[in-house]
Order: sequence, then C-alpha cells, then structure tokens
Amino acid sequence: MKKIKWSKTTGKNTMTYGLVILAYVVLQLFGAAGLMSSSLKGMLIPICAYVAMAISLNLTVGVLGELSLGHAGFMSVGAFCGTSTAILLQNAVPSAPLRLAISLVMGALFAAVVGFLIGIPVLRLRGDYLAIVTLAFGEIIKSIFNNLYLGVDSHGLHVSLLSDRTNLAEGGSLIIGGPMGIGGIQKIATFTAGFVLIMVTLVVVFNLVNSRAGRAIMAIRDNRIAAESIGLNITKYKMMAFVTSAALAGAAGALFAMNYSTVVANKFDFNTSILVLVFVVLGGQGNMLGSIIAAAALTILPEALREYADYRMLVYAIILILVMLATNNPTLKSWLDRLKSGRRKAKEAI
Amino acid sequence: MKKKFLGLLLAASMVLTLAACSNSAGTTSSNAANPNPGAQSTAGSAPENTPTGAAFKIGGTGPLTGANAIYGNAVKNAAEIAVDEINAMGGIQFELRFEDDVSDPEKAINAYNVLKDWGMQLSMGSVTSKPCEVTAVETYADRIFALTPSASSAAVLEGKDNQFQICFIDPNQGTAAAQYIADKKLGTKIAVIWKNDDVYSKGIYETFMKKAGELGLEVVSDTTFADGNDTDFSVQLADAQSNGADLIFLPMYYQPASLIFAQANAMGYAPKYFGVDGMDGILSMDGFDAALAENVMMITPFSATSTDERTASFVKKYQEQFGEIPNQFAADAYDCIYAYKQALVNAGATADMSAKEICELMIEQFTTMSFDGLTGSGMTWDASGAVTKVPTGVVIKDGVYVSLD
Amino acid sequence: MTFLNFLISGISLGSIYAIIALGYTMVYGIAKMLNFAHGDVIMVGAYICFYAISRFELPPLVGILLAMIVCMLLGIIIERLAYKPLRSAPSLAVLITAIGVSYFLQNAALLLWTPNPKVFPSVVGDGKVELFGGQLTISHVTIVTIVACVAIMIFLTVFTESTKMGKAMRACSEDKGAAQLMGINVNATISITFAIGSGLAAIAGALLCSAYPTLIPTTGSMPGIKAFTAAVFGGIGSIPGALLGGLLLGVIEIFAKAYISTQLSDAIVFAVLIIVLLVKPAGLLGKQIREKV
Repeated sequence: MKKIKWSKTTGKNTMTYGLVILAYVVLQLFGAAGLMSSSLKGMLIPICAYVAMAISLNLTVGVLGELSLGHAGFMSVGAFCGTSTAILLQNAVPSAPLRLAISLVMGALFAAVVGFLIGIPVLRLRGDYLAIVTLAFGEIIKSIFNNLYLGVDSHGLHVSLLSDRTNLAEGGSLIIGGPMGIGGIQKIATFTAGFVLIMVTLVVVFNLVNSRAGRAIMAIRDNRIAAESIGLNITKYKMMAFVTSAALAGAAGALFAMNYSTVVANKFDFNTSILVLVFVVLGGQGNMLGSIIAAAALTILPEALREYADYRMLVYAIILILVMLATNNPTLKSWLDRLKSGRRKAKEAI
Repeated sequence: MKKKFLGLLLAASMVLTLAACSNSAGTTSSNAANPNPGAQSTAGSAPENTPTGAAFKIGGTGPLTGANAIYGNAVKNAAEIAVDEINAMGGIQFELRFEDDVSDPEKAINAYNVLKDWGMQLSMGSVTSKPCEVTAVETYADRIFALTPSASSAAVLEGKDNQFQICFIDPNQGTAAAQYIADKKLGTKIAVIWKNDDVYSKGIYETFMKKAGELGLEVVSDTTFADGNDTDFSVQLADAQSNGADLIFLPMYYQPASLIFAQANAMGYAPKYFGVDGMDGILSMDGFDAALAENVMMITPFSATSTDERTASFVKKYQEQFGEIPNQFAADAYDCIYAYKQALVNAGATADMSAKEICELMIEQFTTMSFDGLTGSGMTWDASGAVTKVPTGVVIKDGVYVSLD
Repeated sequence: MTFLNFLISGISLGSIYAIIALGYTMVYGIAKMLNFAHGDVIMVGAYICFYAISRFELPPLVGILLAMIVCMLLGIIIERLAYKPLRSAPSLAVLITAIGVSYFLQNAALLLWTPNPKVFPSVVGDGKVELFGGQLTISHVTIVTIVACVAIMIFLTVFTESTKMGKAMRACSEDKGAAQLMGINVNATISITFAIGSGLAAIAGALLCSAYPTLIPTTGSMPGIKAFTAAVFGGIGSIPGALLGGLLLGVIEIFAKAYISTQLSDAIVFAVLIIVLLVKPAGLLGKQIREKV
C-alpha cells in the first residue's frame, strides 16, 4: 500500500518537472522561431515570478494549512534586498547572470530572516487570527519600505528611516528612495533565470514535502493535537515550512523586480498577496502543478481580455467566479468521479 | 481526482487564453471614428513594427480601471477628441489606441507590448509617473518617440533623448510654488501636507522644501498621509493649526484636497491653501461645494472656465461626449496630439515611415519648435525633454479661476 | 484639550470602522465566511444614496432606505448566485469567490458611474456640537454614527438572542446539518443573514461618505479591509467586539498619527493589532474555543 502511494506522488512530481521543462523548451523554440508576440514575451518573466510565488505560498496554505494574507511582504523584502544587492555589485561582479544569481540568493536570505522573525509571533496563532496577522505584517513591511532610504558612497552604506538623512558624500548614490522606491534598475532578469528559479523552487518544495519533516508538517495540518501527542515539535516544523516559503517568495520577488526598471513598495500590497492566494486556491491546495498552471493562466488572462476594452476587468471577475463555481460543483465532481471509477473498472476487467 | 480535473480545466483555459492573447495582439481596432478601417496591422505574425501608410499609429497606456481610473480616462477621452478633430480636417491622419495599465508598472509593460505588437509609431507614454518610468525605458530601447501628457516625475526623462513631457516636470513645480509664495508674500508660516507613498507628491515636496529653505520660508508643520489612511486629516490639520500655519501647501491631487478643505472648514480653521496642477479638477467634482475652495491658490496650466476660444470649444465637445468638465490631464492629452500633428507636418513625416525614422524627426522637431496649446502658448522643449511653459498662478473666486498676477 | 480633540477624531473615525465591522462580523458569525465583497456593497449603497439625494432630491432618510433595499436585494442575489453553490466547498474557495464578487462590483461601478469622484451630500447635515466654549467640537455625523452603531449592536444582539429567526441563525452557525434536521430552512436563513448584513452595509456607506465625502468605485475597499481588521481585533463573530474593535482601531490610528508619526501610522496600527492578538489570540471579546481531543 505504502509503495503504491509513493510511486503515485513521485509520478506526479516527475510529471510536474516534465511539464515545466516542456513548457520552457516549447516557449524557447517559439521565441527562437520569432513566433512570439512582444506582449507574450514581456509576460514570461513575471509569469515565472508569480509561479514561484504561488508554489511557495502553496507550501504555507496547502501543505502547512495556514492562511497567509501577507505573502507579498516577503516578495517585497526579496525585491528590495535583491535589487539593492544587484546595484551594489554592479561593478564588482561584471557577469550579469552571476550577479542575478547572487541577488536572488540575497533576496531569499533576507526574506528568510524576515520570515523567521515574523514566524515567531504568527505561528502561535490559528485560523483567521493568523491570517489577519500576516496581513498586518504585509502592511507593515510595505509601510517600512515606503519610508526607507538607503544610499551608498565611498564610506559605505547609509540607512535612514522617515526622511532622507543619508548625507551621501560626493559620488554617492541613493539606492532606495522611500516612496520613489528603486529606480534605474538594470533589467538583468531572464526567462532562463525564471525557469531555473521555478525548478529550484519545485525541487526544494517537493523534497521538503516528501521528507520526514514534510510528513510531520502535513500531520500537523491534518491534526495538530494528534501530531503534538506523538511528540512532534510543532513550532519547529511549522517554522521550517514558513521560512522556506518566505525565502522562495523572496527569490521570486528579486527576479520580478529586476525585470522592470523601477520598483516601489506599493506594488507589493494586500492585493498582490490576494492575487497569489487566488492562484493557489484555484490550482488546488497542495497541488503544485495546479498552482503553476493557475498562476500562468491568471497572469495571461487579463491581457488576453484586452479586446473587451472597458469590460476587461468585469469579464475577468466573472470568469474567476465561474471557475470557482465550476471547480467546486458537486454534480460535476461526482460525474467526474463516476467517469474515473468507470475507467478503473474497465481496466480491471481487462 | 478533483485536482486532476482542475489541472485539465486550467490547462485548457491557459491554452485558450494563450491563443486569444496572440490573436488580440493583432486585430483590435481602437477608434470607432477612424475613417481608415483598413488601417490595421498584422503585427501578431510579424513582431516588427509595420507601418500601414494610411495613418500614424499613436499608442498610450494609463489607468482605465482601478483607483486612478479618472486620470487615464481623462487622457484617453481628450486624445480621442483631438484625433477625431484632426482626422476630420483631412490631411494628416491618426489612429489611436489606448491600453489600460491600472497605474501599475508591471501592467504598463504588458500594455506597452500590446501596443508595440499593434505597430505603434508614436507613443503617449503612460499617464502616471511610475508606469511611465518603465515604459520610457522601453520606448527608449525600441526608439519609439514618446510624449507623455501627464507623467511628471524627473525619472521619466532622465538619460533618454526621445522622452518628452507636456506637463511641468515635478521639481519645477516645487520650486515654482515656493518662489510664488515667497515673491507674493502669501504666507509667513507654512504647513505642508503630502502623500507619503506617491511619487508625484514626494517629487514636488522635496524640491519645494529645498527651495523654501533657500528663500527663507518658514515651514512649521510637515505631515503626510498614504493610500490606506487618506480620509481623515484631523491630525495633520491640527498640527498645522497649533503651529500657527497661515498657509498650507498641498502637493497632491484634488480628491484628498477636497477632504482637507471640508475638514478644515468643519474645524473652523481657515488658512490659505496653495496647490499644484493636480488640484485642477476640484471645481468640476460632482456635488462639490465651491465655497470650500474659495481663495484656494494653485499653479495650473489649464482652466476649464477660460474664455479662450479653443479651450471653450474643447470643453464643450468634452462635455457633450463624456458628460463631464475636462481637467488638466485631459487638456494635456489634447495638446499632446496637436503637438504631434504640428511636429509631423513640420517634419514632413509620412505614415509609412518606421517608428525609428519618425523618432529622429520628432527629436529634432520638438527641440526646435514652439507650440501653442490649451495649456500654454509658446511651449518649447529642451534636449532633456522637459517643457518650458509659463506657469500661471490662479486663485479660485466664486467658483472660477482668476489669475493671481 | 488637544488630547480630547484627538480622542474625538479617533472615535469618529473608529465609529465608521465599527459600523462596517458590524456587518462583517454578522455575516461571519452566521455564515462562517469572510465576505470580502462587503466593502464594495458599502460603495454600492453609497452610490444609490448619492443618486437618490442629489439627483432625485429625495430626503436623506428615504435615500438611505432605498439604498438599504437595493443592497439587501444585491446581498441576496450575490449569495444565491455566488456563495450558495459553494455551501459544501472549502472555506478558501468561498473566500476567493468573494474576492471575485468584489472585483465584479468595483468594475461594474466603474462602468456604471464613471471613475469621477462624487462629493457626497452629508445625510445628517454638517452641523456640530461645541463644548467648552468651542474648544471641543463634535460633528453631528460622529454623533449619529455612534448612535447608529450602538443601535445596530443592540438590534443585532436582541435579534440573534431572542427572535425565532435569530435563533435559527445561531443554530445554522453551530451546525448546519442539525439545524436542517430541526426543520430550519438553512438556505433561507443564510439569505436573510446576507440581506441584513448588506442592509447594514448601506447604512455604513451613507455614514462613511457623510463623514469623508468623496465617492469613487474603490471607496469601500480600504475601509473594508480596515473594518475587517477591526472585526478580528474585537474577536470575529462577536457583535460587541466589532464595535469595540472598530472604535479602538480608529483611536489608535489617530493617536499614532498625532503623537508618533503620520508616515508610519499604518505600521503602528498593525503592530498594536499584532501585540493584542498575541496576548489575546481570539481578539478582545472573542470566544476562546476549546479544542476537543
């Protein structure tokens, strides 16, 4: 019994990897053949970032089973720290891919640290209370970055809050300018980097989920009290999932930010957190492939609806509601179940 | 099972949307009044800009939905009016396409790429500053000339030779406001309320404070607000009042300003107010009590109540078509299209030229020509792309603008 | 005296949050769902009220009543079309649908009423009460809002505690299946819950826009989130908790602005919220649910 279950998850994971690689290869071929419109080309990197965001949030929502409404906060931390790193290393590391890699790692590291600090209070709470506290942290992070000034000159880094008191020496430059965010970013993010990020995210998440720790995390999700009673360290495992999720979101944020020439804190607000949550729920909690497809589809959808002009967002809202209704429709579900069991019976008969 | 079904459903919807996406890139008409229905490109299959030769393709992005929709729609509507007028005159023909960017840089890039696929030859940039900063980088790289009606931050122009503005650049507004207040001795103790998470507000605030320091203006109160708490201003006003401020400088759009006027009035606090160009539009707010804005001063290039013939005809048309009084954004957009027309005619450009060729001609034209529009006469541009037009200070008296001079 | 003035500003802001939070908590308490579209129903209510008063020149009370009727119908329709089919679905699915409804309402309003801001005519006039020789002023809107809050709180408490319908609602909230077995029409009960919640939203909309008179299609979204925060702060599902949470949130926000920093006020408000929830994990007046082992 156990063996069958294992092969099933492994099969599903392999399929996920395979589909991601396939999508990458196909899109690269399309691009090389010049068949891709600029509008699709321009969306590839944000799609990669959103996919990574969705997978990382799915770790919190689907695997850990806690609702987070502030995931964009980690994205923000990653975006600002990662981009600052890239700007600081502009001369020291001439190779753009290497600089991008270092920046993503730095973004992930900072987001992990913030995730850990936030995790300490957040993970003590449950349900809607936990959700509202993550929302609160998301807003606090946004507020801080809107008031943060970071400059660099020959004396090193200067940080100040509320107003620009960095007093940079001659030749220095302001990196983060409060509400102005970071400007003049070199766009070093590439689709290949996005693809690598998704693959790394998947490897991390699948390995965590299929490890001893992962089973502990799911045990906590399914029955916290039972898990506690068999001696699992609840805080440790919860924290493990939460921090991993934050770090991956940080890397995604860094990639996202470096696809645009400017980034502001307001981009990573409550609405962005909700958007990523929509990807996760639509794709199915705990279902990484679902998250990937939902993130890609819902990022493209509003663009594909441009022909409806004024009615675009209205149509988007209706599609969102209809998809939610359709995927949760009991008649449809039972019909599908019957279809499946019928097929299985047919197989057995053979 | 459920998950698999979901996956299938989503995969199907993704394929559909992808298909729709590549379709929509090529086949959208924008301007119903366009006399050249044949002037549509097949950019979907050919990513390079393909001029059709019939009409110049002008594209722009701006927030048509979301919290800033008012600005994007004003620009779109006014640009449509200008394009219709010019097309009706015969001669040079325009085709306009305006895409929604929700005032978000990410969406602005998407919108820009859609326009690029469509074969845009001339750009109106983006309506708001941050999106325009990112689209400006793209138009610079793609060598498409851009003249933004309203994105006023300095970063839009910085280091790009083909980016131009119709509106005042933010830093100029800040210094002009401080200069005005000092020259006319409008106030001795000044309070500033600005929007803490807004590029426009912050840009003006910074240069205002610098200039105010140089001119020896005393700023006694400096408070802010942000998106989430832009309804209650009692604390900011109390701070200004208790510090004895006799003039409040408001570098912000008119919507929060209208709340500030109402709340100060309720408090019984009546300082002088000084606004910037974003304040224009306050008198045309549906249901606004003009008495609240009595004696409010501002720097604005446009006045909807002006008796100037062109302005009056524009305002009339706008009201007939859209049922509203146009604001400064609309006037800037109207000027933008006419400035393009003048430059194209002067340069002898034809609609079958590539965006690149047009771009070089436009840079040459805009740095040398002088343009008379609704928002100023004798406008000129320097090589940086910033406009020089005379800022006029106005004061609201009995619900109309009266010149401060 | 400035302290008292700030306190009054805080209470007037807080009473607006409270009146929105009451609707939130009411729907949550019975239907066990976070109705993220609540803020947008408020916006719709405010628009209806605006058109009734300034276009058709109806008296303010009639305007509010009309807005209440429209919103109640809207609430019932939304519930029937979007939430009812998901009665047995996981709660997150309903949350996402509510977000979809919220997008829908905002964008429909944008098309119907254009993005241009409307200045809302105060439904209670702009009079004020002056105390201590004019040093302390309380606007009529604040007084009316507070009275409305308390009245609604008492009405909701009495309604859910004592009436037959209220008892049916509580039964549904405890256990839908058992309630059905006892002969309660669960669907009708939940529809009525939504109707009441949406009717309250219309009142909240009229008062919100009377206090802060600009009206745009996104007017409801930020106050909606703040009120949701307030409802959780007070203990979600608890009716007096919503009132308390709303008032406290408003007061904290104003004090943070006045005494600490206008720039960081939002961060401070949320930090206080986090601290309170750490001390009282179920909100101020929330019920601590014991877990069965």
